[in-house]
Amino acid sequence: MDQKELREQENRCIQEQAPACVSTCPVHVDVRGLAAEIAKGDFPAAYKLYRKAVPFPGIISHICNQPCQTTCLRGKDLGGAIEIAALERAALEFGGQAAEAIKPLPRKHFVKPVAVIGGGISGLTVAFDLARKGWGVVIFEASDRLGGGLWKVPPDLLPRDVLTHDLSVIQALGVEIRLNTTVGRSGGNGHSTFLTRLCEEYDAVYLGVGSHSSDIPDLQLDESGRTSIDPITFQTSMAKVFAGGDVLRASATFSGQEIPHSAILSISEGRRAAASIDRLLQKVSLTAARSNEGPYETRLYTNTSEIQPQTALIETDLSTRYSREVAETEAARCMQCECLECVKNCEYLRHYKGYPKKYIREVYNNLSIVMGTRHSNTFINSCALCGLCAEICPTDVDMGEVCHNAREQMVEQKRMPASAHDFALQDMAFSNSASGKFALARNASGTNSSSYAFFPGCQLSGSSPQYVEKAYDFLKGAFPDAGVGLMLRCCGAPADWAGNKQLFEESRQQFLLEYEKLGRPKLVLACSSCYQVFQKHYPDVQIVSFWEVFDQLGPQTLTAGRAFSAPVAIHDPCSTRYASGIQDAVRNILGKMGCEIQELPLSREKTECCSYGGLMWLANKPVAEQAVQRRINESPQDYLTYCAMCRDFFARRGKRSLHLFDYIYGAAGTDLALAPAVGFSQRHENRARLKEKLLKERWSETMPEQAAFESIRLVLPEAVQQMVEDRLILVEDMQKVIEYAQRTGKRMFNAATGHYLAYTKPTSVTYWVEYTPQEDGAFLVHKAYSHRMEIGREAKK
Amino acid sequence: MSQYVDLSAYQGWVCADCGQPLVPGKVDISYLGNSFPVDLLKCPNCGLVLIPEELALGKMAEVEKALEDK
Repeated sequence: MDQKELREQENRCIQEQAPACVSTCPVHVDVRGLAAEIAKGDFPAAYKLYRKAVPFPGIISHICNQPCQTTCLRGKDLGGAIEIAALERAALEFGGQAAEAIKPLPRKHFVKPVAVIGGGISGLTVAFDLARKGWGVVIFEASDRLGGGLWKVPPDLLPRDVLTHDLSVIQALGVEIRLNTTVGRSGGNGHSTFLTRLCEEYDAVYLGVGSHSSDIPDLQLDESGRTSIDPITFQTSMAKVFAGGDVLRASATFSGQEIPHSAILSISEGRRAAASIDRLLQKVSLTAARSNEGPYETRLYTNTSEIQPQTALIETDLSTRYSREVAETEAARCMQCECLECVKNCEYLRHYKGYPKKYIREVYNNLSIVMGTRHSNTFINSCALCGLCAEICPTDVDMGEVCHNAREQMVEQKRMPASAHDFALQDMAFSNSASGKFALARNASGTNSSSYAFFPGCQLSGSSPQYVEKAYDFLKGAFPDAGVGLMLRCCGAPADWAGNKQLFEESRQQFLLEYEKLGRPKLVLACSSCYQVFQKHYPDVQIVSFWEVFDQLGPQTLTAGRAFSAPVAIHDPCSTRYASGIQDAVRNILGKMGCEIQELPLSREKTECCSYGGLMWLANKPVAEQAVQRRINESPQDYLTYCAMCRDFFARRGKRSLHLFDYIYGAAGTDLALAPAVGFSQRHENRARLKEKLLKERWSETMPEQAAFESIRLVLPEAVQQMVEDRLILVEDMQKVIEYAQRTGKRMFNAATGHYLAYTKPTSVTYWVEYTPQEDGAFLVHKAYSHRMEIGREAKK
Repeated sequence: MSQYVDLSAYQGWVCADCGQPLVPGKVDISYLGNSFPVDLLKCPNCGLVLIPEELALGKMAEVEKALEDK
């Protein structure tokens, strides 16, 4: 994923989009922020936000026609839109006194002043904005007072003290006001060129008069006889002249459009024209980065399905004045619209307290660092790559894809932390070693080729090897006339998840060699992670899920080994997210067994990961534990799943859970839901024993020779078993240390305890074991620990 | 790194191969091209080094993480 693709993903995240009220407001008052401050009782902070967007807060809060309300999501059957103008008045009343007076920047004398023609609200906004920035401004007003049409508003709606107080800011900012002064409309000599003359005296002109285009003959007209005005900058055909008000409305820019007169829209027009004039005077681009000025439609999505309707405390109109308490209650009705759909449903995204737009930027920055600390490595490696965020996101942002791509880049850049995925990659190496303990590919005994091959996967073989045999026998019975071979190995998912393309490709090539030898059979997959890997990376290999085969060809009425006293909640493995055929088959099978099913709130295409996915459990144990616990908390029922790792991850946290194989082949009379999760060493042991048993019983073969360390017998007290499991130290790691120490004599001895201490470094990790040899030749282990730092090496500079 | 572990608790250990009690001494501990001299117990004869459990799981794990930019 290059910079462009990352940017594209980043821009798709809509969390930072404005809520509808803000985007609809012509000047983008931060209504959401204002409501949040008032709800907290902080009226001065609310006023500050309001003042930032509105130059005349008293006037606007009394007369605004509130276009914001038309898009408020509360207004959509949830109790009515928030009373925004009333909240603005409350902010002014209870927070306005404390506000500091507006301080303009020092006056810039190197340019001529700006002429503002017309003292209506748009012209006053231009004057306000430019004077604050230090530009000289002269207002020409034909009448004897500023304010234009505002004086037509009835005084009971717009009290005159509010009006005059707000307008007084113009004089306070040092604007020169020329009342009773008509510009260019006296009809006398020179009327036709008044703009040209003004442009000589002033560096910019704003036309904010109620006028028709024909009255301003300096400006070019288009074919329809209307003035041409740039719709973004409001620049006219004269570079120094900008227009708002009726001049703008009558122009070709808005020809044919009904643009209502509203004070807030006039302020917006004045503000945009002022921004253009400021840029003109600064001699910078008038057009760069000017999107979303004025009202626009936001892309923000807010899920309101959980929101309860709530009406305003009191009936409100533009003359209503709230008490503090009523204002706070009304403000609390604001739903604080935001998206966060993915964050709400993913423990990992929630944990890091951000959202994809922010995260993707961090990932990009992380990948770009050449020297210095990469702070997002753990973040990138903690994603389960499960795809739930993309499924839920209204705009399909896929953090899994972002993180997976980032991992691939980190591996390519040789910046992937060595410890991040090592344990899982070593486990994969164990399962796929050609002369090793697990990998096996055989046609059914007595056949030379296979039409089908059972591929149970490494983790089912590690958790429940007995079911592998039973499932294999079932398949042989289901396809009596076809050769059904067997392939034991890892599908390569850990390498894929770790972003290690090279390792995955090596594993893929190994697989294909064996696969060819079996005659390219159709693979019957018991593990949905394998299914996903084959679907993605082996387009030429035909696959089918074991569960689909069992549903179609298995017994159509099933008597389960135990009575179903309560429904089970189905947990779909995240790797079946888009494999509805497998999900259906599993439900069918359970139905045939008379098993009552409860669907979890997030299931099928919206299912959650158990934290095994993407090697989250290995990269970030605390977040992984939160993720699996969140899933466990969704139902008190026993969980039924069809992935060995999901089942074991639930069981590890004490959740009663079953694998579908437990139902089909489990021993009757045993509460299998309570069976403990299988530890890492035991998984290796189970795989090795499975291979040995199958080789012996079905192909009359023996296992390859044992390595010397395998004969070391360990005694592991329960506490030590837990210790090594937590520390990701395997029995074989400890066997290697003791075998080496006993063979070479390289070990330490403590006479007081009788303990030996030794270490060895088989690959990249140094393992330490403290032990005592037993009389029967076994070794009692007291503790084991490991580190990656190397002993006695000089730095390789 | 030596200040993170109390070596006196490990004085009962001897090198089983050489029969010599371990003695304090400087040992270079390195990772990803960075080297740190650390006071540890080692065999004065063959140089066998003792890394205490609390050092491996504590400061060393911390430094490993820091050097891996985690």
